[in-house]
Amino acid sequence: MAKGRHSLTAGSVALIAGLLVPLLVRNPYYIELGVQIEFYMVLAIGLNMVVGYCGLLDLGYAAFFAIGAYTTGILMTHLHFSFWFCIPFCILGAALAGVIIGGPTLRLRSDYLAVVTLGFGEIVQLLATNLKITGGATGIFGIHPLRLGAHAFSMTDYYYMMIILVVLGVVGAYSLRYSRVGRAWHYIREDEDAAMAMGVNTALFKLYAYITGAMWGSMVGAVYAVSMTAIAPESFSYSQSVLILIAVILGGLGSIPGVLVGAVLVVVLPELLRGVALFRLLVFGLLMVVFMILRPQGMWPENIRGVFKPLVGKTAGKKPGNGSALSLGGGGE
Amino acid sequence: MHFLWQILINGLFVGSFYALVALGYSMVYGIIRLINFAHGDLYMMGAFIGFTVLSLLFGKGGGTALGLVLAFVLAMIVVGVLGAGVERIAYKPLRKAPILSLLISALGMSLILENGVLATPGWGSQFLVYPFTSSPAGFSVFGASITYMQVLIFAASLVLMASLQIFVQKSIFGKAMRAIALDKDAAQLMGINISQIITLTFLLGSILAGAAGVMAGLYYKEIDFMMGFDIGLKAFTAAVLGGIGNIPGAVVGGFVLGVLEAVGSAYLGSQWENIFTFGVLILLLVFKPTGILGEKIGGRM
Repeated sequence: MAKGRHSLTAGSVALIAGLLVPLLVRNPYYIELGVQIEFYMVLAIGLNMVVGYCGLLDLGYAAFFAIGAYTTGILMTHLHFSFWFCIPFCILGAALAGVIIGGPTLRLRSDYLAVVTLGFGEIVQLLATNLKITGGATGIFGIHPLRLGAHAFSMTDYYYMMIILVVLGVVGAYSLRYSRVGRAWHYIREDEDAAMAMGVNTALFKLYAYITGAMWGSMVGAVYAVSMTAIAPESFSYSQSVLILIAVILGGLGSIPGVLVGAVLVVVLPELLRGVALFRLLVFGLLMVVFMILRPQGMWPENIRGVFKPLVGKTAGKKPGNGSALSLGGGGE
Repeated sequence: MHFLWQILINGLFVGSFYALVALGYSMVYGIIRLINFAHGDLYMMGAFIGFTVLSLLFGKGGGTALGLVLAFVLAMIVVGVLGAGVERIAYKPLRKAPILSLLISALGMSLILENGVLATPGWGSQFLVYPFTSSPAGFSVFGASITYMQVLIFAASLVLMASLQIFVQKSIFGKAMRAIALDKDAAQLMGINISQIITLTFLLGSILAGAAGVMAGLYYKEIDFMMGFDIGLKAFTAAVLGGIGNIPGAVVGGFVLGVLEAVGSAYLGSQWENIFTFGVLILLLVFKPTGILGEKIGGRM
């Protein structure tokens, strides 16, 4: 397992660099940028379980992010719940919504899920904009920040808190990937018919993937609400869902290091292209088409059967990849 | 009662746009099993091209029948070619790739079209008022008022749908399309040029979407770069409602959805219109995923 060790080394180096950032960089702008990157990282890790691991296209992931954020916002401002007590409710709400949306849809061809989730994302945003309890277009504000004794959390504290969440996500996603459930997802992604023939209950496992992503997304939403202290419907729009998806796709479907890099790209590229902000999604759209045609496995492909060469050190005696990462959704050839 | 009658009539008008757009979805899905996410945006392109043609001809308002015809024809040609181009650039290289890659490419194309319009000077992000003033004159049928403009739009959409149906049923190309939809490999063995027919399918679907875009501009009198997003969702619902892959089904689905939605939003409030449509889609997928006239879609084909 030399390869695993190399990934671990690369991951640890990145983690230590991440931990040092607030000590070396004093500019609050960069800390906020860092927090933003971390949010996209954890969301991309969650969406990757649905799109990358199981091959289901989810175009409304921001809806679950919204469910978590609004559940937390409402419970904390109206009912004065403590933050930690909100989380089970967020997860429950997301799981429920996931079953309602995914249950009927995932029995059908997987591409139906794309349109249904697109609609679901739209509906959640519409509900948030039109309902009284969600504060309409202005949203919810005055959510109390987290406290540790007398100390209210600052942006830097949230930065560290998010690092913990990223690490949790990475560890969780890796363990899921090689668990029984993760292997079933992988079979479904590669060839749904064959998976079914081998006795995998495809509808059920697809639902697991969708709901796992949903619950994770809502938990991230809860943290988002408490760290921003104010939430509004536009943070949960279609373009938000698309941006998270872009992080997963450009980074590398199914690849944890890939989606982390993708998340950095999604935040940093628009910052670099400040002058041409209008072209941001245009550039991402172009990249999506170009990547699908020329490099569907993404910038940092998933490491299966030795496709991936680690950044640090040599590959230790693995067979050369036979392009397995090229087949994303189901037996292509 | 008059109120409901008027709502039904309005629902039928809107339904005719849904039907035209749903046809494109349904044809493409029938032939290569792809949900073309860029299709709604082609409709939007139609509206913008119509806008530019009418602005160049008439400035801010007014207008003649001939100018209107010109706007329709140009929008249909440009959008048709654009749709076929989208297929050639973004979908054709991926014909052997997994469906997920195709869907992602389609999504990318949709982003390119939307944001391309957003970044185009003169189009941009604001709502644009359609530069065509139609006379409010009309007549009433059992108390429901209908303008001549609406009749014209409705008639034009019926003509387009009928021509498509005749083309698909009677022409040799239509026969080839149906053959590919049934069995792609067998069709290829029979000497049908698959690539050509697939591009033709995109061309036809996009022509209809372009026409629907101009009609929507005339009917709603206002357009914006995200108008294709909503109609994409609705037309897909209409296509599923009628039975995806089925041409008469798409038309029936469009009209049924238009009427359902008009009634729904009249009683629930128009801000709930999309939620209503989406509810229809979910219920449909639970209880009758094959739609009204559709083939079997459970599982993979």
